[in-house]
Amino acid sequence: MKKLESSLTNMVLVLTGVAVVMGGILAYVNHLTEGPINDQKAKALADGIKSVMCVNELKVAKTDTVHQNDAKGKELTYIIYQTQDAQGQDLGAAVESVTGGFGGNLKVLVGFNPEGQILGYTLLEHAETPGLGAKADRWFQKGEKGDIIGKDPKEPLTVSKDGGQVDAITASTITSRAFLLAVNNAYNAYKATPVADVETGATKQQKENQK
Amino acid sequence: MNYINIIKNGIVKENPTFVLMLGMCPTLATTTSAMNGMSMGLATMAVLICTNVVISCLKSVTPDKVRIPVFIVVIAAFVTILQMVIKAYLPDIDAALGLFIPLIVVNCVILGRAEGFASKQSPVASLFDGIGIGLGFTIGLTLLGICRELLGNGSVFGLTLLPETYNILLFVLPPGAFITLGFLIAIVNKLRNV
Repeated sequence: MKKLESSLTNMVLVLTGVAVVMGGILAYVNHLTEGPINDQKAKALADGIKSVMCVNELKVAKTDTVHQNDAKGKELTYIIYQTQDAQGQDLGAAVESVTGGFGGNLKVLVGFNPEGQILGYTLLEHAETPGLGAKADRWFQKGEKGDIIGKDPKEPLTVSKDGGQVDAITASTITSRAFLLAVNNAYNAYKATPVADVETGATKQQKENQK
Repeated sequence: MNYINIIKNGIVKENPTFVLMLGMCPTLATTTSAMNGMSMGLATMAVLICTNVVISCLKSVTPDKVRIPVFIVVIAAFVTILQMVIKAYLPDIDAALGLFIPLIVVNCVILGRAEGFASKQSPVASLFDGIGIGLGFTIGLTLLGICRELLGNGSVFGLTLLPETYNILLFVLPPGAFITLGFLIAIVNKLRNV
Protein backbone atom coordinates (compact mmCIF):
# COMPACT_ATOMS: atom_id res chain seq x y z
CA MET A 1 0.00 0.00 0.00
CA LYS A 2 1.25 3.47 -0.83
CA LYS A 3 2.17 5.57 2.17
CA LEU A 4 0.68 8.99 2.65
CA GLU A 5 3.01 11.68 1.40
CA SER A 6 4.90 13.67 4.05
CA SER A 7 3.38 17.03 3.16
CA LEU A 8 2.88 19.57 5.92
CA THR A 9 -0.91 19.28 5.77
CA ASN A 10 -0.82 15.49 5.96
CA MET A 11 1.60 15.47 8.86
CA VAL A 12 -0.37 18.03 10.86
CA LEU A 13 -3.67 16.30 10.15
CA VAL A 14 -2.50 12.79 11.00
CA LEU A 15 -0.63 13.71 14.15
CA THR A 16 -3.50 15.88 15.39
CA GLY A 17 -6.02 13.19 14.49
CA VAL A 18 -4.11 10.45 16.32
CA ALA A 19 -3.58 12.66 19.36
CA VAL A 20 -7.25 13.65 19.53
CA VAL A 21 -8.51 10.08 19.18
CA MET A 22 -6.05 8.76 21.79
CA GLY A 23 -6.91 11.66 24.09
CA GLY A 24 -10.57 10.78 23.76
CA ILE A 25 -9.94 7.12 24.59
CA LEU A 26 -7.83 8.13 27.59
CA ALA A 27 -10.53 10.45 28.88
CA TYR A 28 -13.07 7.66 28.61
CA VAL A 29 -10.89 5.09 30.41
CA ASN A 30 -10.06 7.64 33.06
CA HIS A 31 -13.77 8.19 33.59
CA LEU A 32 -14.33 4.43 33.89
CA THR A 33 -11.49 3.74 36.31
CA GLU A 34 -11.73 6.84 38.50
CA GLY A 35 -14.32 5.30 40.84
CA PRO A 36 -12.57 1.93 41.31
CA ILE A 37 -9.22 3.66 41.91
CA ASN A 38 -10.68 5.78 44.71
CA ASP A 39 -12.44 2.70 46.12
CA GLN A 40 -9.13 0.83 46.14
CA LYS A 41 -7.41 3.68 47.97
CA ALA A 42 -10.19 3.88 50.56
CA LYS A 43 -10.23 0.11 50.96
CA ALA A 44 -6.45 -0.08 51.36
CA LEU A 45 -6.65 2.55 54.08
CA ALA A 46 -9.61 0.88 55.85
CA ASP A 47 -7.86 -2.51 55.75
CA GLY A 48 -4.68 -0.87 56.99
CA ILE A 49 -6.48 0.69 59.95
CA LYS A 50 -8.13 -2.62 60.84
CA SER A 51 -4.87 -4.52 60.63
CA VAL A 52 -2.88 -2.07 62.75
CA MET A 53 -5.59 -1.95 65.40
CA CYS A 54 -5.64 -5.77 65.49
CA VAL A 55 -9.45 -5.98 65.44
CA ASN A 56 -11.89 -6.99 62.75
CA GLU A 57 -14.77 -4.72 63.67
CA LEU A 58 -14.25 -1.05 64.18
CA LYS A 59 -15.42 2.25 62.96
CA VAL A 60 -13.45 5.40 62.51
CA ALA A 61 -14.97 7.86 64.96
CA LYS A 62 -13.19 10.85 63.59
CA THR A 63 -10.23 11.88 61.52
CA ASP A 64 -7.79 14.56 62.63
CA THR A 65 -5.06 16.21 60.70
CA VAL A 66 -2.24 17.42 62.93
CA HIS A 67 0.59 19.66 61.83
CA GLN A 68 3.79 19.71 63.84
CA ASN A 69 7.19 21.18 63.20
CA ASP A 70 10.20 18.90 63.51
CA ALA A 71 13.56 19.92 65.00
CA LYS A 72 14.60 21.61 61.77
CA GLY A 73 11.38 23.57 61.59
CA LYS A 74 9.98 21.56 58.72
CA GLU A 75 6.26 21.11 58.90
CA LEU A 76 5.09 17.52 59.23
CA THR A 77 1.54 16.37 58.75
CA TYR A 78 -0.07 13.49 60.59
CA ILE A 79 -3.48 12.04 60.06
CA ILE A 80 -5.02 10.48 63.14
CA TYR A 81 -7.90 8.06 62.74
CA GLN A 82 -9.66 7.73 66.09
CA THR A 83 -11.31 4.33 66.26
CA GLN A 84 -14.14 2.86 68.30
CA ASP A 85 -15.62 -0.61 68.48
CA ALA A 86 -19.29 -1.31 67.79
CA GLN A 87 -20.29 -0.29 71.36
CA GLY A 88 -18.57 3.07 71.02
CA GLN A 89 -15.70 2.03 73.29
CA ASP A 90 -12.48 3.83 72.52
CA LEU A 91 -9.93 1.55 70.88
CA GLY A 92 -7.15 4.06 70.39
CA ALA A 93 -6.06 5.48 67.10
CA ALA A 94 -4.27 4.68 63.90
CA VAL A 95 -1.80 7.40 62.98
CA GLU A 96 -0.42 8.05 59.55
CA SER A 97 3.11 9.41 59.67
CA VAL A 98 5.69 10.19 56.99
CA THR A 99 9.47 10.41 57.21
CA GLY A 100 12.25 10.35 54.67
CA GLY A 101 13.50 6.80 54.24
CA PHE A 102 16.49 5.55 52.27
CA GLY A 103 14.84 5.65 48.87
CA GLY A 104 12.13 8.26 49.35
CA ASN A 105 9.16 8.93 51.54
CA LEU A 106 8.32 6.28 54.08
CA LYS A 107 4.65 6.44 55.00
CA VAL A 108 3.68 4.36 58.00
CA LEU A 109 0.33 3.68 59.64
CA VAL A 110 0.77 2.88 63.33
CA GLY A 111 -1.97 1.70 65.68
CA PHE A 112 -1.92 2.78 69.33
CA ASN A 113 -4.21 1.65 72.12
CA PRO A 114 -5.57 4.36 74.44
CA GLU A 115 -2.54 3.85 76.76
CA GLY A 116 -0.20 4.66 73.91
CA GLN A 117 1.18 1.16 73.36
CA ILE A 118 1.84 0.08 69.80
CA LEU A 119 -0.77 -2.38 68.57
CA GLY A 120 0.50 -2.84 65.06
CA TYR A 121 1.81 -1.05 62.01
CA THR A 122 1.81 -1.25 58.27
CA LEU A 123 3.76 0.49 55.53
CA LEU A 124 1.40 2.49 53.34
CA GLU A 125 3.99 3.76 50.93
CA HIS A 126 7.72 3.27 50.63
CA ALA A 127 10.56 3.21 48.15
CA GLU A 128 13.10 1.21 50.15
CA THR A 129 15.51 -1.27 48.57
CA PRO A 130 13.81 -4.61 47.86
CA GLY A 131 15.34 -7.35 49.99
CA LEU A 132 16.88 -4.84 52.37
CA GLY A 133 14.95 -1.85 53.65
CA ALA A 134 11.70 -3.15 52.17
CA LYS A 135 11.83 -5.89 54.80
CA ALA A 136 10.52 -3.27 57.23
CA ASP A 137 7.01 -4.49 56.44
CA ARG A 138 7.76 -7.71 58.40
CA TRP A 139 10.81 -6.93 60.48
CA PHE A 140 9.15 -4.94 63.28
CA GLN A 141 6.06 -7.16 63.56
CA LYS A 142 5.29 -9.32 66.56
CA GLY A 143 7.71 -12.23 66.99
CA GLU A 144 10.13 -10.91 64.38
CA LYS A 145 13.67 -9.72 65.12
CA GLY A 146 12.87 -6.06 65.58
CA ASP A 147 9.55 -6.58 67.40
CA ILE A 148 8.09 -3.22 68.47
CA ILE A 149 4.54 -4.42 69.13
CA GLY A 150 3.36 -3.65 72.66
CA LYS A 151 6.15 -1.13 73.25
CA ASP A 152 5.31 2.31 74.55
CA PRO A 153 7.32 5.00 72.74
CA LYS A 154 7.20 7.37 75.71
CA GLU A 155 10.96 6.99 75.60
CA PRO A 156 11.58 7.39 71.85
CA LEU A 157 12.38 4.05 70.21
CA THR A 158 15.87 3.87 68.73
CA VAL A 159 17.96 1.20 67.06
CA SER A 160 20.54 -0.65 69.16
CA LYS A 161 23.35 1.08 67.26
CA ASP A 162 22.09 4.38 68.70
CA GLY A 163 21.75 2.89 72.18
CA GLY A 164 18.14 1.78 71.81
CA GLN A 165 16.46 -1.57 72.32
CA VAL A 166 15.24 -2.25 68.78
CA ASP A 167 17.34 -4.39 66.43
CA ALA A 168 17.81 -2.62 63.11
CA ILE A 169 17.16 -4.42 59.84
CA THR A 170 20.40 -6.07 58.71
CA ALA A 171 22.29 -3.66 56.43
CA SER A 172 19.42 -1.15 56.53
CA THR A 173 20.10 1.12 59.48
CA ILE A 174 18.89 4.20 57.62
CA THR A 175 15.53 2.61 56.86
CA SER A 176 15.25 1.37 60.45
CA ARG A 177 15.99 4.82 61.86
CA ALA A 178 13.50 6.43 59.51
CA PHE A 179 10.88 3.86 60.45
CA LEU A 180 11.34 4.31 64.20
CA LEU A 181 11.33 8.07 63.78
CA ALA A 182 8.00 7.77 61.97
CA VAL A 183 6.64 5.65 64.83
CA ASN A 184 7.92 8.07 67.49
CA ASN A 185 6.50 11.04 65.61
CA ALA A 186 3.19 9.25 65.25
CA TYR A 187 3.13 8.65 69.00
CA ASN A 188 3.84 12.29 69.76
CA ALA A 189 1.18 13.41 67.34
CA TYR A 190 -1.28 10.98 68.91
CA LYS A 191 -0.48 12.06 72.47
CA ALA A 192 -0.87 15.70 71.52
CA THR A 193 -4.39 14.86 70.42
CA PRO A 194 -6.61 13.84 73.33
CA VAL A 195 -8.80 10.78 73.12
CA ALA A 196 -11.68 10.99 70.70
CA ASP A 197 -14.70 12.61 72.17
CA VAL A 198 -17.58 13.28 69.89
CA GLU A 199 -18.56 16.40 71.87
CA THR A 200 -15.13 17.97 71.71
CA GLY A 201 -14.81 17.18 68.07
CA ALA A 202 -15.98 20.65 67.16
CA THR A 203 -13.46 22.47 69.35
CA LYS A 204 -10.61 20.41 68.00
CA GLN A 205 -11.72 21.13 64.50
CA GLN A 206 -11.51 24.83 65.36
CA LYS A 207 -7.98 24.43 66.61
CA GLU A 208 -7.17 22.78 63.34
CA ASN A 209 -8.60 25.69 61.44
CA GLN A 210 -6.70 28.25 63.48
CA LYS A 211 -3.46 26.64 62.53
CA MET B 1 4.45 -15.68 6.88
CA ASN B 2 3.34 -18.49 9.13
CA TYR B 3 1.87 -17.12 12.37
CA ILE B 4 3.26 -19.88 14.58
CA ASN B 5 6.69 -19.03 13.20
CA ILE B 6 6.21 -15.38 14.11
CA ILE B 7 5.49 -16.34 17.70
CA LYS B 8 8.43 -18.75 17.84
CA ASN B 9 10.61 -16.08 16.30
CA GLY B 10 9.74 -13.70 19.13
CA ILE B 11 10.43 -16.24 21.85
CA VAL B 12 13.59 -17.90 20.50
CA LYS B 13 15.27 -16.31 17.52
CA GLU B 14 14.58 -12.68 18.40
CA ASN B 15 14.05 -12.94 22.14
CA PRO B 16 14.08 -9.28 23.24
CA THR B 17 15.93 -9.96 26.49
CA PHE B 18 18.57 -12.47 25.45
CA VAL B 19 19.06 -11.80 21.73
CA LEU B 20 17.82 -8.34 20.71
CA MET B 21 18.91 -6.89 24.09
CA LEU B 22 16.09 -4.38 23.99
CA GLY B 23 14.35 -2.89 27.00
CA MET B 24 17.24 -3.55 29.38
CA CYS B 25 16.19 -0.86 31.85
CA PRO B 26 12.95 -2.48 33.07
CA THR B 27 14.62 -5.87 32.72
CA LEU B 28 17.29 -4.95 35.24
CA ALA B 29 15.12 -2.82 37.50
CA THR B 30 11.98 -4.88 38.03
CA THR B 31 13.30 -8.43 38.27
CA THR B 32 13.97 -8.39 42.00
CA SER B 33 11.51 -11.26 42.34
CA ALA B 34 9.98 -13.77 39.96
CA MET B 35 6.51 -12.31 40.47
CA ASN B 36 7.64 -8.75 39.71
CA GLY B 37 9.50 -9.86 36.60
CA MET B 38 6.52 -11.79 35.31
CA SER B 39 4.06 -8.97 36.01
CA MET B 40 6.29 -6.49 34.21
CA GLY B 41 6.63 -8.88 31.28
CA LEU B 42 2.88 -9.38 31.02
CA ALA B 43 2.20 -5.64 31.32
CA THR B 44 4.67 -4.94 28.53
CA MET B 45 3.13 -7.71 26.44
CA ALA B 46 -0.35 -6.22 26.80
CA VAL B 47 0.89 -2.83 25.64
CA LEU B 48 2.96 -4.35 22.86
CA ILE B 49 0.04 -6.31 21.38
CA CYS B 50 -2.26 -3.27 21.38
CA THR B 51 0.31 -0.87 19.95
CA ASN B 52 1.48 -3.32 17.29
CA VAL B 53 -2.05 -3.81 16.00
CA VAL B 54 -2.98 -0.12 16.06
CA ILE B 55 0.27 1.02 14.48
CA SER B 56 -0.06 -1.62 11.79
CA CYS B 57 -3.60 -0.42 11.03
CA LEU B 58 -2.37 3.17 10.83
CA LYS B 59 0.67 2.44 8.67
CA SER B 60 -0.83 3.56 5.35
CA VAL B 61 -2.11 6.86 6.74
CA THR B 62 1.06 7.72 8.66
CA PRO B 63 3.37 10.04 6.72
CA ASP B 64 6.96 8.82 7.10
CA LYS B 65 8.31 12.01 8.64
CA VAL B 66 5.95 11.96 11.63
CA ARG B 67 5.84 8.21 12.17
CA ILE B 68 7.87 8.25 15.40
CA PRO B 69 5.67 10.91 17.09
CA VAL B 70 2.57 8.98 16.01
CA PHE B 71 4.02 5.74 17.45
CA ILE B 72 4.88 7.47 20.71
CA VAL B 73 1.40 8.97 21.06
CA VAL B 74 -0.19 5.56 20.52
CA ILE B 75 2.23 3.83 22.93
CA ALA B 76 1.83 6.50 25.61
CA ALA B 77 -1.97 6.27 25.38
CA PHE B 78 -1.98 2.50 25.83
CA VAL B 79 0.50 2.61 28.70
CA THR B 80 -1.62 5.19 30.49
CA ILE B 81 -4.73 3.06 29.97
CA LEU B 82 -2.88 0.05 31.36
CA GLN B 83 -1.69 2.06 34.34
CA MET B 84 -5.20 3.21 35.19
CA VAL B 85 -6.61 -0.30 34.81
CA ILE B 86 -3.91 -1.79 37.05
CA LYS B 87 -4.46 0.92 39.68
CA ALA B 88 -8.19 0.27 39.63
CA TYR B 89 -8.34 -3.53 39.58
CA LEU B 90 -4.92 -4.99 40.53
CA PRO B 91 -3.73 -3.06 43.61
CA ASP B 92 -1.06 -5.64 44.53
CA ILE B 93 0.68 -5.34 41.20
CA ASP B 94 0.31 -1.58 41.41
CA ALA B 95 2.13 -1.59 44.76
CA ALA B 96 5.00 -3.65 43.36
CA LEU B 97 5.36 -2.13 39.89
CA GLY B 98 3.54 1.20 40.06
CA LEU B 99 6.71 3.21 39.50
CA PHE B 100 7.79 1.23 36.47
CA ILE B 101 4.55 1.04 34.50
CA PRO B 102 4.80 4.58 33.06
CA LEU B 103 8.34 3.75 31.94
CA ILE B 104 6.96 1.20 29.49
CA VAL B 105 6.39 4.23 27.22
CA VAL B 106 10.11 4.53 26.65
CA ASN B 107 10.73 0.78 26.54
CA CYS B 108 12.58 0.31 23.29
CA VAL B 109 11.11 -3.17 22.75
CA ILE B 110 7.80 -1.53 21.94
CA LEU B 111 9.12 1.27 19.73
CA GLY B 112 11.52 -1.20 18.15
CA ARG B 113 8.75 -3.58 17.16
CA ALA B 114 6.54 -0.71 15.98
CA GLU B 115 9.27 0.58 13.72
CA GLY B 116 10.78 -2.74 12.70
CA PHE B 117 7.71 -4.93 12.32
CA ALA B 118 4.26 -3.40 12.75
CA SER B 119 4.84 -0.47 10.39
CA LYS B 120 5.64 -2.91 7.59
CA GLN B 121 3.37 -5.92 8.19
CA SER B 122 -0.35 -6.65 8.30
CA PRO B 123 -2.31 -6.10 11.55
CA VAL B 124 -2.77 -9.86 12.09
CA ALA B 125 0.95 -10.59 11.66
CA SER B 126 1.66 -7.68 14.02
CA LEU B 127 -0.73 -9.13 16.58
CA PHE B 128 1.20 -12.41 16.53
CA ASP B 129 4.51 -10.58 16.64
CA GLY B 130 3.24 -8.74 19.72
CA ILE B 131 2.29 -12.04 21.37
CA GLY B 132 5.61 -13.67 20.43
CA ILE B 133 7.90 -10.84 21.46
CA GLY B 134 5.75 -10.21 24.54
CA LEU B 135 6.05 -13.86 25.58
CA GLY B 136 9.79 -13.77 24.90
CA PHE B 137 10.13 -10.68 27.08
CA THR B 138 7.96 -12.20 29.83
CA ILE B 139 9.97 -15.43 29.82
CA GLY B 140 13.22 -13.50 29.92
CA LEU B 141 12.10 -11.35 32.84
CA THR B 142 10.58 -14.26 34.74
CA LEU B 143 13.76 -16.35 34.37
CA LEU B 144 15.88 -13.46 35.55
CA GLY B 145 13.46 -12.85 38.42
CA ILE B 146 13.51 -16.52 39.46
CA CYS B 147 17.32 -16.63 39.51
CA ARG B 148 17.65 -13.37 41.43
CA GLU B 149 14.93 -14.21 43.93
CA LEU B 150 16.35 -17.68 44.56
CA LEU B 151 19.93 -16.48 45.01
CA GLY B 152 19.13 -13.28 46.85
CA ASN B 153 16.10 -14.16 48.91
CA GLY B 154 16.05 -17.95 48.93
CA SER B 155 12.56 -18.15 47.45
CA VAL B 156 10.76 -18.53 44.13
CA PHE B 157 7.38 -16.81 43.60
CA GLY B 158 7.39 -16.12 47.35
CA LEU B 159 7.87 -19.81 48.22
CA THR B 160 10.91 -20.17 50.48
CA LEU B 161 13.34 -22.83 49.25
CA LEU B 162 16.65 -21.92 50.85
CA PRO B 163 17.28 -20.93 54.49
CA GLU B 164 18.29 -17.34 55.12
CA THR B 165 21.93 -18.30 55.73
CA TYR B 166 22.39 -18.98 52.01
CA ASN B 167 20.90 -15.72 50.79
CA ILE B 168 23.25 -13.51 48.81
CA LEU B 169 21.80 -10.01 49.10
CA LEU B 170 23.86 -8.80 46.16
CA PHE B 171 21.58 -10.59 43.73
CA VAL B 172 18.55 -8.56 44.74
CA LEU B 173 20.52 -5.34 44.32
CA PRO B 174 21.31 -3.76 40.93
CA PRO B 175 24.77 -5.39 40.50
CA GLY B 176 23.13 -8.80 40.89
CA ALA B 177 20.86 -7.96 37.97
CA PHE B 178 23.81 -7.35 35.68
CA ILE B 179 25.64 -10.48 36.83
CA THR B 180 22.60 -12.74 36.49
CA LEU B 181 21.66 -11.27 33.12
CA GLY B 182 25.20 -11.81 31.82
CA PHE B 183 25.20 -15.45 32.84
CA LEU B 184 21.71 -16.07 31.45
CA ILE B 185 22.63 -14.52 28.10
CA ALA B 186 25.74 -16.68 27.94
CA ILE B 187 23.77 -19.85 28.73
CA VAL B 188 20.96 -19.03 26.29
CA ASN B 189 23.41 -18.25 23.49
CA LYS B 190 25.27 -21.48 24.15
CA LEU B 191 22.01 -23.44 23.97
CA ARG B 192 20.88 -21.64 20.81
CA ASN B 193 24.07 -22.51 18.98
CA VAL B 194 23.98 -26.21 19.80
